[in-house]
Amino acid sequence: MKNEVKVQGINASLDSRRSFLKLSGLTLVTAGLVLAGCSDNDNDDNMEDNTLPGVKNGVFDLGSGDFGVLTYAYALEQLEADFYTKVVNASNFNTVFNDIERQVLTDLYHHEVIHRDFFKAALTGALPDPGSQLLPSLAFSYGSLNFNSRTEVLATAKALEDTGVAAYNGAGRLIKTADYLLLAGKIVSVEARHASAIRSLINPNSKDFAGDDIVNTSTGLDTAKDPSKILPVAAGFITTKFTAKYLP
Amino acid sequence: MNILKFIETFTDDSLMKSTGSRRDSFAQFGNIGKNLALASIPFGLSAIANKALAKDITATPATPIGALQFALTLEYLENEFYAMALDSGVIPASENGGRDLKVFQQISAHESDHVSFLIAGLGGTMSANFVPKPTFDFTVGGAFDPFNDYPTFLALAQAFEDTGVRAYKGQAANLISTPDLLTAALQIHSVEARHASEVRRLRGLKGWISNAERGAGMPAATQAVYDGEGVTMQAGFNTATAFGAAAGSEAYDEPLTTQQVVDIANIFIV
Repeated sequence: MKNEVKVQGINASLDSRRSFLKLSGLTLVTAGLVLAGCSDNDNDDNMEDNTLPGVKNGVFDLGSGDFGVLTYAYALEQLEADFYTKVVNASNFNTVFNDIERQVLTDLYHHEVIHRDFFKAALTGALPDPGSQLLPSLAFSYGSLNFNSRTEVLATAKALEDTGVAAYNGAGRLIKTADYLLLAGKIVSVEARHASAIRSLINPNSKDFAGDDIVNTSTGLDTAKDPSKILPVAAGFITTKFTAKYLP
Repeated sequence: MNILKFIETFTDDSLMKSTGSRRDSFAQFGNIGKNLALASIPFGLSAIANKALAKDITATPATPIGALQFALTLEYLENEFYAMALDSGVIPASENGGRDLKVFQQISAHESDHVSFLIAGLGGTMSANFVPKPTFDFTVGGAFDPFNDYPTFLALAQAFEDTGVRAYKGQAANLISTPDLLTAALQIHSVEARHASEVRRLRGLKGWISNAERGAGMPAATQAVYDGEGVTMQAGFNTATAFGAAAGSEAYDEPLTTQQVVDIANIFIV
């Protein structure tokens, strides 16, 4: 797998919530995520839960609270939508993938574009000042990923969908408004349906659709991860710099 | 004692800082239940406990414990359904080169884990919050033959998994005050969705629900599972605009209310 990024802790005592994500524009294979401390913001006790998204010290920060979580989801949906747009527009899409695979990947392209555009519309309508608080359209780079390789595309899709499930599962508890929580719930189960289908395409005659690598074998629970665990993975594909200083 | 405050206090103190393995989480989740049980809070669910051999279940209260009790009853249903199916031999070992049997063994293992997890979360079988397993009749008085007829088994499996996804989603608001319980419920919710996708795909359908369609070969009696899934307006955004209504509805799963799920479950409870 080439979608791994190296996470380098510059300050070993760094609190992840204080981390500064610098998303590099290096190619996928060499992509590095640099975590650096923000020395002017050391007091965790005063961490506010209502920091709005927007540019802080020259870099867009996702913010905190419900808008922060929705903006975080918007960033992840931008990535998924961009990836599947490239997948279905790859030159050999119609020959590399069989009928069922094309159907699945085309559906995923539709769903993720809808999710992305939904978050953009929802945030634009809900943010007090969307002109300065709406996350801009991000730029992406997939490094050496070959969009005409069935193996590489499906492996990356699996990683993205599993990551999406873990991200929404982990972010649910950060949402304070029931309507927003329900909307996230409506989306995460579709992401899980996607993850299952992609896993099943990769290894059909198996239990991988809900495999022991992703569902705990004693509790039957799926994975849930905080934004600070998700963003370094997503950062392997995102070249636009942004921070998530106020999310756990 | 304010139960929500109690749970929040407990979770703030002990669980939100948890960074342990999920096995640790499991133990901690059990501790939540034990502490809740010790608090002896009446949740109004004794009605169910007192009629273990009676017929229908009733809607659980819109509380975190009510949501767990509701989830446990659903997991009882799924767990018994798959256990009986595996025992009956209705799943042909040779189907799809053995794929189907592997799939349902995995699903069965997960549902069994969910039952144990939720019982622990409710404080164990001796807890005042514990709800016993109802008596199920998956033949619905002889109308279905899921343990002798494989297509019927597959159809009911799809209906149960798609119901499970919608049911957990409908409980999210009841858990918003208890972050650890909410997270655990979300973690079960997405597993149910993984199951649903695979069962649907075994049946030749898409892994996601188009419009409010129950899909080819599904008995009409299962339509209640799919009613309301065709929504294409989400928070004022028209999801059908870009690629049509089917894609727009597929991109979002819709919740079922507690009562809607209870009504579906009661079809199989005697």
